[in-house]
Parts: sequence; C-alpha cells; structure tokens
Amino acid sequence: MIPRFPRGVRLQEDKARGRWIVMAPERMFVPDDTALEVLRLVDGARDVGAIVDALAAKFDAPRAEIEADVAAMLDDLVAKGALAW
Amino acid sequence: MVNAPLALLAELTHRCPLRCPYCSNPVELSRASAELATAEWARVFREAADLGCLQVHLSGGEPTARRDIVEIVAAAHEAGLYTNLITAGVLLDAALMQRLVAAGLDHVQLSVQDAEEAGAERIGGMKGAHARKADAARLVREAGLPLTLNAVVHRQNLHNLPALIALALEWGAGRIEVAHVQYYGWALANRAALLPTRAQLDEATRIVEAARAAHRGRLVLDYVVPDYHAARPKACMGGWGSRFLAVSPAGRVLPCHAAESIAGMVFPNVREVSLHEAWYRGEAFERFRGTAWMPPPCRGCANAEKDWGGCRCQAFALTGEAANTDPACVLSPHHGLLAAAVAEAGQAEFRYRGVA
Repeated sequence: MIPRFPRGVRLQEDKARGRWIVMAPERMFVPDDTALEVLRLVDGARDVGAIVDALAAKFDAPRAEIEADVAAMLDDLVAKGALAW
Repeated sequence: MVNAPLALLAELTHRCPLRCPYCSNPVELSRASAELATAEWARVFREAADLGCLQVHLSGGEPTARRDIVEIVAAAHEAGLYTNLITAGVLLDAALMQRLVAAGLDHVQLSVQDAEEAGAERIGGMKGAHARKADAARLVREAGLPLTLNAVVHRQNLHNLPALIALALEWGAGRIEVAHVQYYGWALANRAALLPTRAQLDEATRIVEAARAAHRGRLVLDYVVPDYHAARPKACMGGWGSRFLAVSPAGRVLPCHAAESIAGMVFPNVREVSLHEAWYRGEAFERFRGTAWMPPPCRGCANAEKDWGGCRCQAFALTGEAANTDPACVLSPHHGLLAAAVAEAGQAEFRYRGVA
C-alpha cells in the first residue's frame, strides 16, 4: 500500500504562521509534529513499510509500535481526503 | 492580538445566469461597470498572500461570467494562493477548462440545485442547467482536478438528499458539501418557501451520518446545519475579522460576504486602502472583533469565545440591531422568532430575482 497526496492536496509551508499545513480543497489541516514526520515521507513511491522503516531508523523506536501509529494516522488522513491510496 | 486571515473570498461579479431563490448575495447587486478590473484583483491577491491568506475562493455570482477569469486564476496562482473556483458550471466548456488548469486552478466547487433535472431547473430558474452541470463535472474530472459538489438543501429538495449524495459519487466528486440554506440577502425573502421542518432536518442529519460511514475514504461529506432549529449559534466566520475576509465585486472589503446587508456600516474599499490597512485598522473589522463589543447575554458568557455571539448579519436581519446576540442562541430574548418562522413556513411560492 502506497499512500499519496491526491491532486489538489499538498503539504506546504505556512510562512506567515511558521508551520507546515496540508492544503486541501476548501480546507486545511495542521499536522502535529508526529503527523508531519509521516507526511514528509509520503512521496507516492514509499509504501507503508518503507515509511515505518524510515521512522524507526530516525527515532530509534520499536518498529511494531510505529507501525500501529502510522496505520491509524494514514487511515484517518485518507478518511479526511488528505491522502489517498 | 489580531490574527492574520487564512482565506479570501473573491466575489468577482454578481452576474449569474441562475436565479436561485436562496441566493445569499445582497438584494441590491453590483453592476458590471462597478466591478474591479483584472489588475485590481491581481493586486488584491498579492496583498492577501502577503497578509497570510493561503486560499482564495473565486466566487460571485458566477465567476466564469467574467471574460478575464483565466487571467484572474493565473494572478491568484502566481500570488501563491490555493485557487478554488466556486461555479454553477453552466458556462464551462472544454477549452475554458483547459485554460483554467493551465493557469494554475487547484479545485472546483460545482453547485447543484437538485438531484433531478426538473427540480434542479425549477429551483435554479435556468433551463438546461442540469445537463450542463453534468458536463462541467466531467470536464473537471477529465482535467484531473478534484471536484466538490455543493448541494444547498431546503424544504423543497431535502427529499432528494440520498440521490444528491449518489450524484456526487456518479459525477466523480471527492467531496460533497450538504449546506442548509442560510437566510441572508435574497434567501431571506424566500424563507417561508425554504425552511425545512424539524423532521426533515433530523432525517437529513441521519442520512449524512450514514453516508459518511458508508463512503469513508471515498467521499468526504461536509454538513452545514440550519440555525432555525438550533439552540446555540454557529461561530460565524470563526469570529468577525478573525480568519476570513471577502472582497465584493466593487472592491469593498468585508468580514463576511453578507456583511453589506447590515445597514449603516461603511466598509473599506481596495481602491482606496490596502487589504492590510482594511484588516488591521478598518473600523468595520474592529466593530465586532473579539468580545469587547458584546452586550448581554453574550458578555461574560462561557461560550463567548467559542461562538463569538453567532452571526452579526442574522442578528441584524431578525432584530434590527447587529450587536444583538444571534437569535439562534437559546439565551437570546429574540430566540422565539426562529420557531415562529418555522411555524409560518409552508408551501410558499419562490420569489425569483427580477420578477416582481
């Protein structure tokens, strides 16, 4: 499963407010630090496993724990229309 | 501390081939000759981006009624804004769609008046509109752009809500906004014909919730509830002069698109001041910003910074005083006006613009 940003959705810097946001049709999401780490790895090429690997390496954390968190987060973002499979 | 605005509503024109009875534009429309020119809009977009706006909603009236709509989209895109076209779709063709995409358009919101042709064309007051909207939806999807269907719902089309949701799926929309009519501008003149019953509202809410679960991950459903059956007002615009600004066809800078309905208010104009000046120092923006202006029962209310006293335009339209608590609030001494309006609603005929 490879998550991607659908057309019309993008991760962009909100310079005026010093943060990153997900711009989407008529709405925007403000990801927390954890979600931002995940979203930065969404490039339309990495599958869920590769995203989890990258996060496990970066944060030196147990893979199984990260896997559950990432799966829940991706599911939520897909339901909101911020990501697609 | 005044926040920077997040979004700009650019009302490019009041001209529109449709005549929806729930039109939220003012009863008195701006003439074409008073409209801002292309270069003026380009400056407004740059100023909006500099101010911190991230998204622009290109609306009207019908924005594609402007011959310079492509140049306007390009200017908004060049300013770095996420560009959203809010359209009835009846003037779109393949060539225009292609030019809009090339200009940097990000998303299209397409209105639909009902799920079937006869109802849609009676409500919108334009023959042939429904088929053209179906074509417009196809053009948007073929161009690869995301599509939102905007269904304004009321007493006379709520029975078709399941079919409207099905239409969104059929036309390839990723999102549908099911919006109950808000009673400002021309819509207020048609309130008796449009207000839903409590039973209609409850059924609509149930249908939306069921559809959210059924189409999770495929169709996003946004739901705007009507005030007339509410006990608490909505946080209109997230607070006056807090997150949102609108510019009217003639260049007036407004805290919400209906604000000109409040008699006696003077709004800054982009032909005279910058958006920055209008937002941070405009008297009209200061007037109802924050909580200091609030009379009781809003003053000191635990919800004052949650709902911001509700909607100023609705307070003015129903009580004659914009600073009053929105009658949608159960604590308003005028709350009974809403139940009275619901009781009076029934089988009234639509009043269309331009027809006495």
